[in-house]
Amino acid sequence: MAEKPRIKLPKEAKKGEVIQIKTLVSHIMESGQRKDKDGNTIPRKIINKFTCEFNGKPVFSASIEPAVAANPYMQFNAKVEESGTFKFTWTDDNGTVTTAEEKITVA
Amino acid sequence: MHHLSRRQALALGAGVVALTTTGWSSASFAAAKEAADEVAKFTGGKTPEKGKITIELPEIAENGNTVPLSVAVDAPMTADNYVSEILVVADGNPRPGVVTFQFSPMSAKAEAATRIRLAATQNIIVVAKTSGGQFFTDQKLVKVTIGGCGG
Repeated sequence: MAEKPRIKLPKEAKKGEVIQIKTLVSHIMESGQRKDKDGNTIPRKIINKFTCEFNGKPVFSASIEPAVAANPYMQFNAKVEESGTFKFTWTDDNGTVTTAEEKITVA
Repeated sequence: MHHLSRRQALALGAGVVALTTTGWSSASFAAAKEAADEVAKFTGGKTPEKGKITIELPEIAENGNTVPLSVAVDAPMTADNYVSEILVVADGNPRPGVVTFQFSPMSAKAEAATRIRLAATQNIIVVAKTSGGQFFTDQKLVKVTIGGCGG
């Protein structure tokens, strides 16, 4: 996961506005269903949890199964009442956590 | 040496076809049952009410490796009454679970979108849970041209 996660949300919003957030992270999402050329099952390795917090409060999260496509994409909404920071985390089966932050100014 | 008559041969053939079809349908029944079990686990055995849910999926997915899915629930999102979770299961994948979205009143809308893998033509079943313990469901059939689970 060398690549930075891609996050799309507005830099500014009005108080009480509902904004849309789109995120995408690079990950193979190995399903555990595929076999290599010798017929051995390739072990599962997926991002199993995604979370989004705003100023430390939970906004949205997802429990993810192998049926989510590679480079998992998540789109959801948030209502912003104050300026602050969105924090995003992606956790994979090996316990590797990728994080990202985005600030928003609410006037 | 006993030779099969044309009629016997046909009967045998039909038998094989019947066996094969039974085999297939029991496999898909198993997947459907697993999907139903997943739903029952989510609802704690309650039967969800049909409706309030919008599922956006292509009618025909040419590539099962990445199929855009969007779900929305027509329900309030206030501090004391909101959609807390949406479960998505598939009844024709090797395993039924797809994704569970968890919301908070800050989510503002009970809506989320992602991209999913589908092994074959099948139903996508969506179940929503409210903070008050109500359950709603709907489902949509997707035809898949090329399965997305790799061999």
